[in-house]
Amino acid sequence: MKNETDCIVMNQVNKFYGEKQVLINVDLSVPYGAIYGLLGPSGCGKTTTVKIMAGISEATSGETYVLGKPMPQLSLMNEIGYMAQSDALYMMLPAADNLEFFASIYGMKKEQYRKRIPEVMELVNLSDDLYKPVSAYSGGMKRRLSLAMSILHHPKVLILDEPTVGIDPLLRKEIWNELYKMSDSGVTILVTTHVMDEAEKCHQLAMMRQGRLIAQGTPHELQRRIGAASIEEAFIYYGGDGHAD
Amino acid sequence: MRIKAMVLRILNQLRNDKRTLALILCAPLLLLTLIYFILDSSTTDLSVGIINAPQQYVERLYENNIVPIRCSESEAAQMLKEETIIASVKMISGKIYIDIDGGNSTKSNAALSAMEAAKKGMGPAMERKDLKTEVNYVYGSDDLALFDNFGSLLIGFLVFFFTFLISGISFLQERTTGTLEKLLSTPIKRWEIVTGYVLGFGAVTVIQSLIITIFVVYVLDIMMIGSLWLVLLITLLSAMTALTLGILLSTLASSEFQMIQFIPIVVVPQVFFTGLFDLSPGWSIVGRFMPLYYVADALEKIMIRGGGFRDIAFDVIVLLGLTAFFMIANTLLLRRYRRI
Ligand SMILES: Nc1ncnc2c1ncn2[C@@H]1O[C@H](COP(=O)(O)OP(=O)(O)OP(=O)(O)O)[C@@H](O)[C@H]1O
Ligand SMILES: [Mg+2]
Repeated sequence: MKNETDCIVMNQVNKFYGEKQVLINVDLSVPYGAIYGLLGPSGCGKTTTVKIMAGISEATSGETYVLGKPMPQLSLMNEIGYMAQSDALYMMLPAADNLEFFASIYGMKKEQYRKRIPEVMELVNLSDDLYKPVSAYSGGMKRRLSLAMSILHHPKVLILDEPTVGIDPLLRKEIWNELYKMSDSGVTILVTTHVMDEAEKCHQLAMMRQGRLIAQGTPHELQRRIGAASIEEAFIYYGGDGHAD
Repeated sequence: MRIKAMVLRILNQLRNDKRTLALILCAPLLLLTLIYFILDSSTTDLSVGIINAPQQYVERLYENNIVPIRCSESEAAQMLKEETIIASVKMISGKIYIDIDGGNSTKSNAALSAMEAAKKGMGPAMERKDLKTEVNYVYGSDDLALFDNFGSLLIGFLVFFFTFLISGISFLQERTTGTLEKLLSTPIKRWEIVTGYVLGFGAVTVIQSLIITIFVVYVLDIMMIGSLWLVLLITLLSAMTALTLGILLSTLASSEFQMIQFIPIVVVPQVFFTGLFDLSPGWSIVGRFMPLYYVADALEKIMIRGGGFRDIAFDVIVLLGLTAFFMIANTLLLRRYRRI
């Protein structure tokens, strides 16, 4: 079965919000250790898709497997790191308290997170702001802190919903280098984005439009298939009205 | 240990949010003080005719802000008619007989409370059942008693009000800021979230209840003949019920403003059923569905009638039951956000 060989598998997933269908027969598989990009215009269903993978939301029909087990499953939650599209932080608390809280929720011991917290803060370049209250953070700093929080517990699967919004190009590059390192060490990463240059950095890419997955492959393949010079053109091509199916 | 993490985080947040903390701890004291002085000012100079009573009793009355006037039985009747005294007292073989003017229930109740307190100070012999004070309403009657248990009602209400509001809003913020979703992406169980909230805020309400009870009993010196521990217990249960109800209803609100909207609908109407007004039997049944009814009932029994745990056991059970019910309902309602 497919769900044996791939880290994240979706089979014929449909999702309704009331009458409205926001995901239509989504089939998707993310190999172990890959950085997988989910690309598509606003409102196409990216967040809905990743929430189902993260086990927060459930599909109306269809199956979702993560690490070979059906989602949602409480025991899998410890293996998944999730970074939401909007920063979910306790504004009143300093960054350190935010991190410690989620570390303990993930069952980390004090000695473990005492060591780990400076590491992840270093990674997102926030070491100097560890004890600042989050309410005093800028938008980009909050984004980075959210990222740090999602990798705190060494997840095997990392699901990032538009992680680099509001982060400057230099830092974005550093973050991508980190993602590559993690993927090299076997972490499977799913990133949603609508930034093209970011999509190009992914090992594999899926394009989404109005709740459907319209194309899957490496960035290079997608480009070649349509002969487009850049992924940006591919995006416009696949996203265009002429290619609904 | 996830519950412990939740509790610590909530306490941490409150520690960093001085305003909210002040609202929980100080606002009830402020309101209680204000209402105390407003009510008190109308009952400053109460005179009671003493037909026959031991000196010790008269002195105790005086300590309780009553002006004692020695007089004969006929003089007492005359003065009661002219409203120069509110009541007359005579003691016959250890039993106290009171004639009282019940026309102004605030005053007559203040006088009765003071006389009861004075009697308490006379030693255990006076506690005997057959020596129960006999009160005769010369004018008006005891069921006019509008503010009979006002003070005790107020404690319950204020604790309920503030705890409801603050716990509800902070749980709501958990949702609107997305941290609930983030929490639900972790292995935490729904009941652990609810329990964490109850224990976290519960810790604060213990402190709140302690401060309010001690303040009311020792600083405001309100009529209180029962056990302090029982008052504390009921205050705490009131807070717990409010806490769990607040969290529960916050799942139905989508903004802080909608949370405020619950106050006139959920909190205020309860006051009407807590003994403030004399209700027709039909309406009293409605009161049985309101947590504050049980809080006020228990507090009145302890503070004014000196009841023990047996007298309030039913109220305690109901309040505990409601708290448990709200917690379970909460855990189930959270399924809206994550099924498992
Ligand atoms: N809770 C909800 N109730 C009803 N409709 C919803 C809900 N959440 C999302 N939708 C709808 O589902 C569709 C897909 O939303 P989704 O958030 O997945 O888009 P997205 O691809 O992440 O967009 P963006 O790039 O803007 O974040 C949208 O049309 C949205 O209106
Ligand atoms: Mg989105």
